[in-house]
Amino acid sequence: MYYREAGRLVKSFAADRRMLPLMEDRFVTTLFVVVVMYGLVTWLASDYIFSAILIPMMVLGVATLGLNIATGYTGQLSLGTAGFMCFGAFAAFNLIFRLDWMYIPLAFFLAGLIAGLMGIIFGLPALRIKGFYLIVSTLAAQFFAEWVFNAYPWFLNYTSSGVVNLPPFHYKVFPFQELTPLNDAFWHSSRGRYLITLTITIALIVACKNMVRSSTGRNWMAVRDMDIAANVIGISVAKTKLMAFFVSTFYCGVAGAMYSYCYIGNLDFMIFNLRRSFLVMFMVIVGGLGSILGSFLGAIFVYGWPILVTRLGDAIFGGGTLDTAFVENNSKIVVGTIIIVLLIREPGGFAALWNTSKQKLRVWPFSK
Amino acid sequence: MSTETPILSIKNIEVLYSRVISALHGVSIEVQKGEIVSLLGANGSGKTTTCKAVSRLLEAERGEVSKGTIEYNGVDISAMSPYDMVKTGVVQVLEGRHIFGHLTVEENLLTGSFIRNADSASVKRDLDYVYSRFNRIKDRRKNLGGLCSGGEQQMVAMGRAMMAKPNLILLDEPSMGLAPQLIEEIFEIVKTLNEEDGVSFLVSEQNANIALKYAKTGYIIENGRVVLKGSAKELSESDSVKDMYMGGGAEDVSFSDVKYYHRRKPCMV
Amino acid sequence: MWEGLPFFLEVLVGGLLSGVMYSLVAIGFVLIYKSSGVFNFAQGTMLLFAALTFVSMTERQVNFWVAFSITLVMMVIMGIIIERTVMRPLANQSLLSLFMATVGLNYFLEGLAQGVWDSAVHGVDLGISNDPIFLIEKFPILGLDIIISQFDIAAALIAGSMILGLTLFFQYTRTGLSLRAVSDDHMAAMAVGIPLSRIWAIVWAVTGVICLIAGLLWGDRVSVSFTLTAAVLKGLPVILIGGLTSIPGAIVGGLIIGASEKLGEIYLAEIFGGQGIEHWWAYTTALIFLMIRPTGIFGEKEIERV
Repeated sequence: MYYREAGRLVKSFAADRRMLPLMEDRFVTTLFVVVVMYGLVTWLASDYIFSAILIPMMVLGVATLGLNIATGYTGQLSLGTAGFMCFGAFAAFNLIFRLDWMYIPLAFFLAGLIAGLMGIIFGLPALRIKGFYLIVSTLAAQFFAEWVFNAYPWFLNYTSSGVVNLPPFHYKVFPFQELTPLNDAFWHSSRGRYLITLTITIALIVACKNMVRSSTGRNWMAVRDMDIAANVIGISVAKTKLMAFFVSTFYCGVAGAMYSYCYIGNLDFMIFNLRRSFLVMFMVIVGGLGSILGSFLGAIFVYGWPILVTRLGDAIFGGGTLDTAFVENNSKIVVGTIIIVLLIREPGGFAALWNTSKQKLRVWPFSK
Repeated sequence: MSTETPILSIKNIEVLYSRVISALHGVSIEVQKGEIVSLLGANGSGKTTTCKAVSRLLEAERGEVSKGTIEYNGVDISAMSPYDMVKTGVVQVLEGRHIFGHLTVEENLLTGSFIRNADSASVKRDLDYVYSRFNRIKDRRKNLGGLCSGGEQQMVAMGRAMMAKPNLILLDEPSMGLAPQLIEEIFEIVKTLNEEDGVSFLVSEQNANIALKYAKTGYIIENGRVVLKGSAKELSESDSVKDMYMGGGAEDVSFSDVKYYHRRKPCMV
Repeated sequence: MWEGLPFFLEVLVGGLLSGVMYSLVAIGFVLIYKSSGVFNFAQGTMLLFAALTFVSMTERQVNFWVAFSITLVMMVIMGIIIERTVMRPLANQSLLSLFMATVGLNYFLEGLAQGVWDSAVHGVDLGISNDPIFLIEKFPILGLDIIISQFDIAAALIAGSMILGLTLFFQYTRTGLSLRAVSDDHMAAMAVGIPLSRIWAIVWAVTGVICLIAGLLWGDRVSVSFTLTAAVLKGLPVILIGGLTSIPGAIVGGLIIGASEKLGEIYLAEIFGGQGIEHWWAYTTALIFLMIRPTGIFGEKEIERV
């Protein structure tokens, strides 16, 4: 690292409370977001890169961040992530499908709110039940979501196959967009979906960062570390827990809506099954509990590993040699092993590894 | 210094946590057979780490003794497990009591005898003996440990250690969170166990007044170093100890004038 | 008298008996939780592992008892390896980390089991007849017959004896006592000289054996295939209702969930306009019980001090 915090004079409270206190950090981040993510990548990346790599990684990263808010920051174990994503996805679809004037940004926001409300409902037992007993509630949410969208085909507009394709006219991002080049077809293309995902993801990261460094986040962490002690110093545990569940499931709901609209392009409740909940949980563990950066690192690794293995296999043995079953079993074994090894060696996950290596780079090569 | 091998001799040890954080650098302590030794120091000075280095519980917290040796009855213990240590007669009473909350008081005591493979008659005898030493917990034998008061928990923890028939008890901050009267009671029991049952004690304490009253020798540890050693009498009469640990001996001492020990070189014992 | 009563009773009894099958899974859970505070999510996969090993031998004409003993030894070894490589390095970590480690272990074993064996469906025949017998002919007062299959009775007997044995073990033996001590406080247990690793090795080995028994019974019931791992999801609400630390709770919870599931399926599914409510219904039942008793019916109350 070529710059550091030491010796910076901060003259105002506002400057002290900046999200990125170092000028260099602000510069690099802005450069990365504007030039790389919005500029070069949007311009150059192929359909495959957009829809098989970047979009799913961001979407899953947001879901992971959502779970991290409940589990990593507030210490409430949740196994219902995919269920809440499911609520979000169906809410977004029904809002857009049934209300002609609905726009995607508003629909995603409302989808998040609806998922958040479900989160509050299923989070209510957390006021009385603690620890492992709480997984009953979140699993109930998971199975309830899977069941309700199966049992009531109204939510799917009575599509007999159980899968709804999302047509281009659903992708209304701003008024009168047909008159501009950024019309339905553009937003329906992978590049447009990438831009939607990217913008929402950045907004959610900034919001989360601000929540965790303000009193909201401090209350979450106080409740996580010891809830009666938090209660004694005047934090309302009930309010804090419900708030955490609401925000957590809001993120999951938005992630679910993006999963349908931006990633797979159709609506299918079978996708949001318990396995997906666990996958998101692995991302949290691998990335690091209570870390925003970790959420995305975890999502990138757990989602990316099977792709990497397949590509490597194709490169070494020629196309299509490795069958999917092998890749799947391999990634299960690898991810399982990595989870265990990380928990033993570095319970902070990839995020902690990143921080220690940054720390080491600062003094390298003068010390190790 | 006596020619007899001390029951415990810690020679200039260094302790690292997670291979990076240095907690002790140069601690040497000797406990003679049948002696009560007190280890005084503020929070974070390294008292608990010293005790855990002896009982081998350090490893469970990712700590290790990186330099120096610890000998128990003249035998190096670096290769021993916590289990071996208890087996050979060194038991630590953990700071903050660490009672098994969901076990009854009696069950708590019984866990202490696990190590000895004793038959039920001798376990019964030991139980009666522990109850005779710790009268207060006898009436609460059927209560859950977690619901006992702090003083009772401390007694359960000590009784549990006694069930293992130790030669040396590492007593870590027995006074934590207890009323002065109770602290007195606890130390009276320590004295009885020491005098009548011949158990040696290494007591780590912040309450220098009481610890030096019952101990024979004392060590003062600061920032991971032993900075002062002496008989209890010497220490309790030393002005600087009085100022720092006993709430003022000489009159009108301003804290800015007090000598800080860590400015001295660490003393080699 | 209510006309639907005989039918109701039949459903109830059927439910109670299927609950026994859930208890079988739950016992292994409770054993590990009670002795080490680990919420072992890999239970279902261990069950599958045992059943698959056994089946892969019997399908190659290996004698029943030989296959059984080999699987038994393998499960014991597996338990010890898990203790060595996963649990021991994680001693003194938070319960959440331990839980997550078992989730990772679950994922690992899933990949391994499917990699070593295929994912086809196999059958197990334990030779216990499934024929119904009359438990009570002409039940007094109501004048009904109560019919139960022999298999269910055998499963209930096995589960019952396992639970009895374990309860006695925990309450009255020295090892049982130290197991309970370990689950309360790892550090204190080490300080009084309880050899953590040896104790855990025993527990994981015993759990391996329980998994084998449960795996075989489940395998006979529903066939051995990947879906067997779902057994863990059936076991979860059971232990949560019964209380994570209570062995009798495992059986009571099993009975409650079994009965409520079957009754719900018959009487409530219509209200909800579709079938398949049993998945979330079991969890809702558990939730209702937990709202009344937050640590399960027989679970230890949490002792909290600041």
